Amino acid sequence: MAKTLFDKVWDKHVVDTIKDGPQIVYIDKHLIHEVTSPQAFNELSERTIPIFRPQQIVATADHNTPTVDQHLPVKDTLSRNQLKQLTENCSRNNIELYGLGHEYNGIVHVIGPELGITQPGMTIVCGDSHTSTHGAFGTIAFGIGTSQVAQVFASQCLLMNKPKKLRVNVHGKLKKGVLPKDVILYIIAKLGTNSGTGYFCEYAGNVFEEMSMEGRMTVCNMSIEMGARGGMIAPDETTFEYVKGRKFAPKGADFDKKVAYWKTLKTDQDAVFDLEYSFDAADIEPMITYGTNPGMGIKISEAIPSLDDASFEKSLAYMNFQKGEKLLNKPINYVFIGSCTNSRIEDFRVAANYVKGKQKAPNVHAWLVPGSQQVAKQIKEEGLETIFIAAGFKLRQPGCSACLAMNDDKIPEGEYCVSTSNRNFEGRQGQGARTILASPLVAASTAVAGKIINVLEEPSTLELV
Amino acid sequence: MEKFERLISTAIPLPTENVDTDQIIPARFLKATNKQGFGDNVFRDWRYHKDGSINTNFVLNNTMYNGSILVAGNNFGCGSSREHAAWALAGYGFKVIISSFFADIFKGNALNNGILPVQVSEDCLKTLLQLIKENPETQIDIDLQNQVLQIVGNVIVEKFEIDTYKKLCLLNGYDDIDYLLSNKDKIVAYEQEHQF
Repeated sequence: MAKTLFDKVWDKHVVDTIKDGPQIVYIDKHLIHEVTSPQAFNELSERTIPIFRPQQIVATADHNTPTVDQHLPVKDTLSRNQLKQLTENCSRNNIELYGLGHEYNGIVHVIGPELGITQPGMTIVCGDSHTSTHGAFGTIAFGIGTSQVAQVFASQCLLMNKPKKLRVNVHGKLKKGVLPKDVILYIIAKLGTNSGTGYFCEYAGNVFEEMSMEGRMTVCNMSIEMGARGGMIAPDETTFEYVKGRKFAPKGADFDKKVAYWKTLKTDQDAVFDLEYSFDAADIEPMITYGTNPGMGIKISEAIPSLDDASFEKSLAYMNFQKGEKLLNKPINYVFIGSCTNSRIEDFRVAANYVKGKQKAPNVHAWLVPGSQQVAKQIKEEGLETIFIAAGFKLRQPGCSACLAMNDDKIPEGEYCVSTSNRNFEGRQGQGARTILASPLVAASTAVAGKIINVLEEPSTLELV
Repeated sequence: MEKFERLISTAIPLPTENVDTDQIIPARFLKATNKQGFGDNVFRDWRYHKDGSINTNFVLNNTMYNGSILVAGNNFGCGSSREHAAWALAGYGFKVIISSFFADIFKGNALNNGILPVQVSEDCLKTLLQLIKENPETQIDIDLQNQVLQIVGNVIVEKFEIDTYKKLCLLNGYDDIDYLLSNKDKIVAYEQEHQF
């Protein structure tokens, strides 16, 4: 029977099937961090169950870490304790940890790919819903709760019902200045915040085939924002080229053997999806959100729609926006470039290219947070830091930072923040903070203009991107 | 895990749609390393103003409404995978959440913590919200064995779906770890065959 990419990877990982129930699915790699793992470690230790396959687990500290003065002890007692527990749990159980200050430290979904831990055809889980990022490699990757973290600790497996299959096709040519972030914000705006629930999504079409790996990661990262447990893109030469030579990637003949297998990971021509959508790339423009879920997005030049719905009105009231209002020229005092969605080197290249020779607006507080130590290093080596400094920006140290505001990187109450992160929920970036999701290009242009502008109308944009 | 068989209770209505797990438990409360105490901060930023005073407009602060059932708007529990959301709801005393749609990860997290997510039709949800609004004393009867939701003293009866395996787990208080560990030999055989 014809199979989809998802079927091929899933079926290969099924250990057993319970009659009228879920399947036992084998997990190749388990990524953990300080916030969603301690209770799972406690559970195993209370039940005296050993960690089954510690060598298949990689840990990092990212969610609850400061992005300044990382060489000093963490000030907040609870945060310090949480990080200490991660260190102790990893050392007690022989789990590799890239803690604060380690050259491989960074956001879990940035370091997995950049270290070559993420490879096509794998199953990868993490106690974090943006684990879908790794799907960019043709990997089944999804977020899990802490009970499931404990299950994977105990058995390297999960009990899962096979999700349904969804395909989103985007064909055509993207306009200059339209980035992968705009593509996924557009898809979510079209389909809504729960359209993908119960499904695993494959992104197909020339737009994704022509995208860089980092762009594909941005797209797959936000699959969960339309409810899909994960999203994936068939691996191709771009994927193999990206993986090749990375620290934990297979080497030599082993790599060639793997590539031969990875090449089989494509949806068969006559495979059937439960649900399918197609979009025209030419219709996509730089996107922004105006509400309190990622489905509430519009083209940057459009007006906020007028819906007669209590939840919609509650959302606009929180944002202090009016129905029918345009967001162009809206003054903005905070800009965040970072998060597992957009904190990779290409994101900082886009931002640096835009701000080069310009100055940050005096009213704007801009937080530039690299996704990892490796990205931070690259920013320096490529001379981007010099550009940012000359334009009045300062770089912070790697971490999840203002995406979820667990640390001190909080947007003040009532303030708008144009953010490259993935969620605009109420209070996500700090109590009372108002988040507007956008691409790194829109974020950079906002930081320079001090207000939302249409980057497509900027002559310099066309030359730069 | 605690067993769940049947529950008859009054309910708290929360018609807001797309309630995300950041609302159920904001990220700043995720610093604990055990599962206790999250109930104190469930819906924190809707229950309290920033200065710590009580938001009397929020339903959990309305003394008319009580009970261990939450009746919530469409797409409840979307967003972050944080199981802290399930711990917070359980800690506050909720045993059943009724909605017309649940986000995937939240649904699993709830089931893994002995909270029963009951998915009903849009119409049924509307009726339930209306009945509770009209009479906060309305009793809802959730019978897991027969997968039936009933309004006590009313003709309304709605069947609900639940995965057969998960139902068995809830009725008996089993969790997935027990099951997975009992299949260790199959897992090891799988590993040998696939050479990890």
